Amino acid sequence: MNPRILAATAARVLTQLRRDHRSIAMILVVPAGLLSVVYWLFENETLPPGAPRTFDRVGLIMLAIFPFVVMFLITSITMLRERTSGTLERLMTTPIHQADLLFGYGIAFSLMAALQSGVATGVAYWVFDLDIDGNAGLVVAVAVLNAVLGVALGLFCSAFARTEFQAVQFMPVVVVPQILLCGLFVARDRMNDVFQAVSDWMPLTYSVEALQEIAANSEPTGAMWQDFATMGAIVLGLLVLASFTLPRKSS
Amino acid sequence: MPHMPAHAAPTPPSIEADALSVRIRRTPVLDGLGFTVPEGRITGLLGPSGSGKSTLMRAIVGVQRIRRGSLTVLGRPAGASALRGRIGYMTQDPSVYRDLTVMDNVRYFGALHGRSAADSRAAVEAVGLSDVARRRAGSLSGGQFSRVSLACALVGEPELLVLDEPTVGLDPVLRADLWGQFHDLAAQGTTLLVSSHVMEEAGRCDSLLLLREGRLLAQLTPAQLRERGGSDDLEAAFLGIIRADLARQEAGLPAPTKEHAA
Repeated sequence: MNPRILAATAARVLTQLRRDHRSIAMILVVPAGLLSVVYWLFENETLPPGAPRTFDRVGLIMLAIFPFVVMFLITSITMLRERTSGTLERLMTTPIHQADLLFGYGIAFSLMAALQSGVATGVAYWVFDLDIDGNAGLVVAVAVLNAVLGVALGLFCSAFARTEFQAVQFMPVVVVPQILLCGLFVARDRMNDVFQAVSDWMPLTYSVEALQEIAANSEPTGAMWQDFATMGAIVLGLLVLASFTLPRKSS
Repeated sequence: MPHMPAHAAPTPPSIEADALSVRIRRTPVLDGLGFTVPEGRITGLLGPSGSGKSTLMRAIVGVQRIRRGSLTVLGRPAGASALRGRIGYMTQDPSVYRDLTVMDNVRYFGALHGRSAADSRAAVEAVGLSDVARRRAGSLSGGQFSRVSLACALVGEPELLVLDEPTVGLDPVLRADLWGQFHDLAAQGTTLLVSSHVMEEAGRCDSLLLLREGRLLAQLTPAQLRERGGSDDLEAAFLGIIRADLARQEAGLPAPTKEHAA
């Protein structure tokens, strides 16, 4: 990797994004808006004394799911465009290394993800009084890690789509099952064995688990760090796999 | 530009192909090509659509795997990582970022080659796009858009420029302008390989590679083409050579051996 080329690539991706106001709104405003919907959905629930609000559980997990979904979509389509417009092939004739390109995308989108989770977490805490035991900084960290996860998965999946339409089709195949099985709707230990085993292989599972650890404990726990490590390993593995989808030479 | 002047003592060719064959999904696209591209000159790559011009160029810039034979570019096997900073490549369909401005595009490709903002401005100036440098590339006319792509190939000040149909869709004035620039670059020592299917442009090259159905019909100078094709009109001369080749094929004679010209 070359720091100059890496920085130039990240800056280029951010410039492309900056000129696209609708995508900026999608990244920064939409998650906060959807979070508000979740809040008002559960606004009038009646709770036994001492029980936590549904918003504190569901809203918190939403904070991790939004960046994952949004970044997966944006990355897979941007990367597909790079592949189909000929710019990728052209880049391969220049001194850029595949890692410069992948990490350039990773850095640019992670910055956007940090902004996104900053906004969404801020809204959750200050507007809707999100009440959890753990540290808000850790919640943002999980959200950013999830965004990077979405980026890595999007980079990888873009190799298997020929058109933007096909790229969007990965949403129900790759993303929705993870949302269903991550423990948001039904706790994982109450799922049947098959679903539980499948969810063991899904990255989103570990971010939800980490968030639940953060919510329940005022200090970071060992289980939480383990979830962080698992997610980090999955991200690295996906980026390595993605680099194999960027051959310099076509045969 | 830092390299040798073109009129120095004979230097090894910039590109040398020997028995070069390429297949794409089992279909032979290039078959046993042997030729050289001299340093500091303009070599034209001519042939009908589908003759393998783009595939040959992609093999030279190192993004197309070759199946058999050898292809040496600037003294190294095509695709060697050391070559990447020394070659400028312009694809047939302009491959630039439509959502970036002209200047942002050129700056990015400049940065990949370690060039400064001033170099990028010079490249934009060279293709005559200074007036629209702040416009989005995707909002330009077709001719302007392909010149953004050209500027991105020029900004690295490469020793070898591989240009796939760089003048398609340009008006005659602009085309003459660009060819003037190609000659200036060659005079400064840059080697150019330029493909075209406009025979009028063949007359502006120092050396020509005539390609048809993946085979090299001849490597010669424009003067030799006129002589061999039996016409002063290059289009007619090329047709003459193609007809002779067809006749030879029908008679079951082998393809001509490679010929070298200056």
